[in-house]
Amino acid sequence: MDWTKIIWAVLLGAMILFLWPRAKHMLKNSPKAEQGDWQAAIVPIALVAGFVVLLIMIV
Amino acid sequence: MNRLDISAARPSESVISTNKLIKNTYILLSMTLLFSAVTATVSVFLAVPGWTYMASLIGSIALIWFVLPRTANSSAGLAVIFGITGLMGFGLGPILNMYLSMANGPQIVGTAMAGTGIIFLGLSGYALTSKRDFSFMGGFLMAGLLVVFIAILAGLFIEMPALHLAISAVVIMLMSGFILYDTSRMVHGGETNYIMATIGLYLNIYNLFVHLLSLLGALSGDD
Repeated sequence: MDWTKIIWAVLLGAMILFLWPRAKHMLKNSPKAEQGDWQAAIVPIALVAGFVVLLIMIV
Repeated sequence: MNRLDISAARPSESVISTNKLIKNTYILLSMTLLFSAVTATVSVFLAVPGWTYMASLIGSIALIWFVLPRTANSSAGLAVIFGITGLMGFGLGPILNMYLSMANGPQIVGTAMAGTGIIFLGLSGYALTSKRDFSFMGGFLMAGLLVVFIAILAGLFIEMPALHLAISAVVIMLMSGFILYDTSRMVHGGETNYIMATIGLYLNIYNLFVHLLSLLGALSGDD
């Protein structure tokens, strides 16, 4: 096996272990979304998706 | 209280410190991006080997995890953040050289750079002007990031080009969410240190650029 793959795997494993408690804490303690909050986030992200499709068509 | 009205209800001193934080963050972000561009250019001209990307990432992750949190409240934090961003820019050399060697490589790299800039300015500007609090996305974004790391880990051992494309597409969406989240954290007092705010936004832009480049490179007309 390629030695770089092993180093990448160790690095990714370390990042997962490092982020796991933080993600758990954030999932538990993040404030709840109010009405319209998700819509306000999803609309610009959907626009980004459309923009990326446009860029793919350009190149 | 409606979270939209928080900034109006805060005392003026707090608003001044928030504006100062935003100004310092964007100044430092511009300088670090410029420094990264310089080190990336040097790396491209030196034609550094492929493992440089991995080595620079390991070095910068070590600095972000172990050194930056201890120095972020002092002037040493500025040297550390330039060290991190310079290293990350230098690591881009092999990737940029790979794409630049394609027939329409310069167009792909230029489009990815311009696209990243437009997406960042649009989303960050939206979060700043709308004054919406996107802190509710924190848990969702972190869980999404973990899923992406697990998918990348699986992708190392499963040869599936479609998986790599799907990961790049998801990372672009996630980084877009993180730009909204990190910008709104500055506005709403979730982040008060401009060095930490800068590194968060820098990593969003870096990952957005790398994965947009990957997507454009894979799906461009040049076969």
